[in-house]
Amino acid sequence: MKSRIPVVLLACGSFNPITNMHLRLFEVARDHLHQTGTYQVIGGIISPVSDNYKKKDLAAAHHRVAMVRLALQTSDWIRVDPWESEQAQWTETVKVLRHHHSELLRYLPQEEGRGQGRAVSPAPAAVPELKLLCGADILKTFQTPNLWKDEHIQEIVEKFGLVCVGRAGHDLKGYISDSPILQRCQHNILLVREPVQNDISSTYIRRALGHGQSVKYLLPDTVIAYIKDHNLYSTGSSCKGNSAQNSEGEAS
Amino acid sequence: MVRLALQTSDWIRVDPWESEQAQWTETVKVLRHHHSELLRYLPQEEGRGQGRAVSPAPAAVPELKLLCGADILKTFQTPNLWKDEHIQEIVEKFGLVCVGRAGHDLKGYISDSPILQRCQHNILLVREPVQNDISSTYIRRALGHGQSVKYLLPDTVIAYIKDHNLYSTGSSCKGNSAQNSEGEAS
Repeated sequence: MKSRIPVVLLACGSFNPITNMHLRLFEVARDHLHQTGTYQVIGGIISPVSDNYKKKDLAAAHHRVAMVRLALQTSDWIRVDPWESEQAQWTETVKVLRHHHSELLRYLPQEEGRGQGRAVSPAPAAVPELKLLCGADILKTFQTPNLWKDEHIQEIVEKFGLVCVGRAGHDLKGYISDSPILQRCQHNILLVREPVQNDISSTYIRRALGHGQSVKYLLPDTVIAYIKDHNLYSTGSSCKGNSAQNSEGEAS
Repeated sequence: MVRLALQTSDWIRVDPWESEQAQWTETVKVLRHHHSELLRYLPQEEGRGQGRAVSPAPAAVPELKLLCGADILKTFQTPNLWKDEHIQEIVEKFGLVCVGRAGHDLKGYISDSPILQRCQHNILLVREPVQNDISSTYIRRALGHGQSVKYLLPDTVIAYIKDHNLYSTGSSCKGNSAQNSEGEAS
């Protein structure tokens, strides 16, 4: 039997806060990769951005990391990694990939205490590939002038690879054909169709919380409790009537 | 499964009465049953609402409203599906709370129906800002294919499904099943 390529999925982002949609991306991507018959997903990493990203309403990094950790308590394959959040400067995505890839190489033998009940193999047959997991909106941002360095896009798709989860509305293939770099490395870009339209955005969550509205069932209860305990996102927009709550296109 | 899903809710409960009836029970009859139960048990229930102020007796009789998705409102137009007098009783005597998304023309469904239009004041339209298309049909299909449904329903429900081997048999004609019908209520 042909052995599968081990893969670790890495997701970067604000996770401000983490939502069920973020978590769903991992599940959908893993199922898809397994169905290709080529890959075996052996882990997932959520890497919240550091505070230096200076995005509006960004909760402190240690809170965002704590919330992801709570959200992942029931996951047996995804973990949070605070490395990026602890960097003094904002870290470009390609550097986050490089860091985690070298960490993967350092710790090739299986980790102790993980995967209770699963068969422990002495050492993986191949070096795991680290792939950037993202939503279709990120793929679209590759087109934004001056947002990404061309050489970074190239390294991300050539050396690592993309797993891009999108819905019917996004023209994923169109984004690829619009970019020469992406088109050259198409084989390394896996497009995953997300069957369930799941628009839970962190922006919507923050706004709802600011207005005292329920976000139950949109993110894990443990994260909601943490947000309440630490009084995060409690300041809503001062113009309640004017807030752009009907904007459906906002990315999280 | 509903009971498990509601373990963390302090205000929603599952009621098995309808599920235990020998025959299928029309919606209006379910409403009548629960309304009379509400009238019977007007004083506050013991042990509920921990931490909330307990009032000796409610100031008014609670109204019982049917909560539904926009797709149900649309089915009122389907010929012979609902009895006219039932629709009338549901919207006049009880009231509807209808949650829908931008894609559904909620107001259009109302104006298309004389009965609904007459009782518009008793139909509350709620715009659901988050597009959230998690359908039970999709869940069953995914489970049948061995795909993950984590984060789409509570973990306790997923565990129950696995423990009792529910929904494990996928459709034999995966391509032919009419599971893409969007009008199906879950």
